Amino acid sequence: MAKVIFKRPEALTDKQFHYCPGCTHGIIHRLVAEVIDEMGIRDNTVGVCPVGCSVFAYDYFNVDMFQAAHGRAPAVATGIKRTLPDRMVFTYQGDGDLASIGTAEIVHAAARGEKITTIFVNNAVYGMTGGQMAPTTLPGQKTTTTPKGREKDAAGLPVKVSEMLSTLDGAAYIARVSVHDPKHILQAKKAIRKAFEVQQAGLGFALVEVLSTCPTNWGLSPKEALKWLAENMIPYYPLGVYKEPAEVK
Amino acid sequence: MATVSFREERCKGCELCITVCPEKIIVLADHFNAMGFHPATVVEMDKCKGCAMCARMCPDVVIEVVKEEKQA
Repeated sequence: MAKVIFKRPEALTDKQFHYCPGCTHGIIHRLVAEVIDEMGIRDNTVGVCPVGCSVFAYDYFNVDMFQAAHGRAPAVATGIKRTLPDRMVFTYQGDGDLASIGTAEIVHAAARGEKITTIFVNNAVYGMTGGQMAPTTLPGQKTTTTPKGREKDAAGLPVKVSEMLSTLDGAAYIARVSVHDPKHILQAKKAIRKAFEVQQAGLGFALVEVLSTCPTNWGLSPKEALKWLAENMIPYYPLGVYKEPAEVK
Repeated sequence: MATVSFREERCKGCELCITVCPEKIIVLADHFNAMGFHPATVVEMDKCKGCAMCARMCPDVVIEVVKEEKQA
């Protein structure tokens, strides 16, 4: 008897991703789709896309999708969830979208304890616009707008979104995960599943920050980019669960 | 006995599957696909244990893994 061990999840359409070779956005899309399949919520889920590399995510997820203005996905998701409270509503946002222009929206969505799930993809750079410095760019990291590396005196220090949001009472579940090897990919999937379960149980706002690579704008091969993530990003952005309600532990 | 199949026309040749394969049996093919990438392929399929690590690492969901279950 042949048994299929691994196949494309049904919550992904058959459209090919437009992402660069080795970009881990595709892995994170797949994890979200697998969780939607496993929870059996495909007919009941609404996703909200950001502006950035993942702007076309509405073509890739086989669920109802909405395209928000830059950074405003949590505000749009708030509206959807409040009008259709029985739907599972998630936003999928990058660091340029969520941690920069959308800071007000994400902080206040978390503070209000909106019952939505946010997948926050942090690759420490603006991808789509050509590799400029993002709020999450590491100190000393070279980008097109910081050719000598990010300098603390001129550009400040990175925003640690998970730590910041976990101080808010409205946030129910906050975790930071990575996708740089198969072991961490499995852990990331578990965290994404919990973030959806927190919403399903009506416990409040849930966010999973996923550390991701950008081989093109980091100027590295896909393999080197995974190593760079493990060696540079994880020490600055420690992995772990920052906040977790007792109901889902 | 497991079989790994690649949707060759969608592979972008990023080599992430190659870096995680514990049996080191994945290579990039000599030919190009329509996008101009060398697609990943398995050379010695009989060595495949069906761990699906390649499929879990693939950013383009190119890989499908099928395992033959042992007859009782």
